[in-house]
Amino acid sequence: MGRLNIFGSGRSQSTLPNYIILILLALFAALPILLLVSNSLKSTSEIAASPFSVPREFLWSNYGEAFDKGNYAVTIRNSAILTISTIAGSLTVAGLAAYALSRLKLKGSNVLSFYFLVGIGVPAQLFIIPLFFMWKQLSLVNTHVGLIIIYTALQSPFATYLLRSYMLSIPEEFVDAAKIDGASDWQVFRHIIAPLTGPGFLTAGLVIGLFTWNEFLFAVTFLPEKEFKPVATSLYAFQGRFSRDWGLTNAGSVIMMAPVLILFLALQRRFIEGLTQGGLKA
Amino acid sequence: MATVQATAQATGARKVKPNEQKIPLARVLGRWAFMWPILALNLIVIVIPSIAGLGIAFTEWSGYGQPEFIGLANFDRLMQDAVFFKSLSNNIVWTAIFLTIPIFMGLLGAYLLAGIKRGQMIFRVLYFIPFVLASVVNAQVWRFLLHHRVGIGPWLAELGITDILDVALFGKAETALYTVAFVDIWHFWGFLVVIYLAAMSAVDVELYEVARLDGASRFQQFRYVTLPSIRPTIVFTLLMILIWSATVFDYVYILTSGKPAHASEVMGTYLYETAFFRFDAGYAGAIGVVMTLWVALAVGGFVFLRRRGWDV
Repeated sequence: MGRLNIFGSGRSQSTLPNYIILILLALFAALPILLLVSNSLKSTSEIAASPFSVPREFLWSNYGEAFDKGNYAVTIRNSAILTISTIAGSLTVAGLAAYALSRLKLKGSNVLSFYFLVGIGVPAQLFIIPLFFMWKQLSLVNTHVGLIIIYTALQSPFATYLLRSYMLSIPEEFVDAAKIDGASDWQVFRHIIAPLTGPGFLTAGLVIGLFTWNEFLFAVTFLPEKEFKPVATSLYAFQGRFSRDWGLTNAGSVIMMAPVLILFLALQRRFIEGLTQGGLKA
Repeated sequence: MATVQATAQATGARKVKPNEQKIPLARVLGRWAFMWPILALNLIVIVIPSIAGLGIAFTEWSGYGQPEFIGLANFDRLMQDAVFFKSLSNNIVWTAIFLTIPIFMGLLGAYLLAGIKRGQMIFRVLYFIPFVLASVVNAQVWRFLLHHRVGIGPWLAELGITDILDVALFGKAETALYTVAFVDIWHFWGFLVVIYLAAMSAVDVELYEVARLDGASRFQQFRYVTLPSIRPTIVFTLLMILIWSATVFDYVYILTSGKPAHASEVMGTYLYETAFFRFDAGYAGAIGVVMTLWVALAVGGFVFLRRRGWDV
């Protein structure tokens, strides 16, 4: 994935046309987001008058108002609970499974790997209906635990797949030395494999966190009650309620976007690697 | 549990090869313990409800109480349901759009990126940004820009360009689905750029040099070197798009909810409405079965082609 120039070093073909089109594409991708941010700092009347100009004066009060009216103090807390718990749960469950699949030579582990790939492909709409009524029976609807269990189940196959490839690249000698010293499978996992898989856990954790923060379908279904809603579904309701107040809804959207954007720009290599290698669903 | 025991038995009964140490049964059982959490979770959240999902399609069920077995009646009903056919055809239109436009944009972006030295990274990051943002945020971006009273439309109208973007694109039956698809493409295409760029970077540079010596133009290099070399990646993304197009939900639900008058309805939103707003869970299950058949056919076709020796 390096900076390979496929046109080689020989007779140089001009790259100017490349840059022109690439810049147009970049504007197409990024300009709308820039406009969202710029229009989150204007009054609604200024937005209507000049939607594409820089804000006359930065109306930061949109953010305070959006934060209060959008109930962000509660919804950010809800999203944080869901995100952190799902990351912790998925990495634990997936770390154990990836270790078993990559290192312990279990019979049938090929079948399991295949199943995980199939599992990623099963449409959510097939199981969401029975799952909802099952969760209703178990009183898990409108609880964070209920949704965390679902998210963990949904994310752990992908995380297993990713972690497994990291674990397979650890040289066998590291493990052999410990085994000669009489370490159990658990000790090998705990003291050798897991620490050496650190970058893998970070990459998988970022992807799982991103998924959980952004997720809509399961959140809107399993947490209908206002006080439990994460940012995504409460922002959806907020956008509907204040649909004429563009400054306010733009600011509310930027609040949800900001942490993702900052983290992505800081750790873009890991995000891109995680989302393109095993990231079949995002 | 059954699997664990069966495996343990199989391992126990297995002939021990001379140079292979026999692993004690207790240790084998211990090894399977690493798999229990993930297996249990998947069983409860995905496997059992999926089987139930196939089952309820043959019942009349509100979601509460006892489902009543009614055979194929739900499927008979589907065959006469104009809204279902509208949804299905919208999914097909959606598939056709996504199998062409984002693929073209992805290949174009990746090929141009592969041809430059400076700035590859920054373009890659910029293209990828919409892909990491939430559907609710991206929906807001375009709901605003494409709004007939505030966005691009009125601005163009002032310049004298009217009747293109100064109309309610999300609200009109003729344009609603395409406008939602546009927003989803904007969110998605950068992902393809990155995937294709990675594949193109693995192509042997000498192939291009040989092509150039033969006097191949840029387009010919793309057509006869790049495309064949990254074919497996392209086919894989085609498969992904086929699967995702059957299950599309977020952008349609958030932007139009299938309105106006089901003009932008897709199977995903119709199923959701049927199950959770009209409590017709059995019938919704039948829609779920259709979606699953679609996915199974796509995956099955992919596996079939691969078995037939296609290099995909």
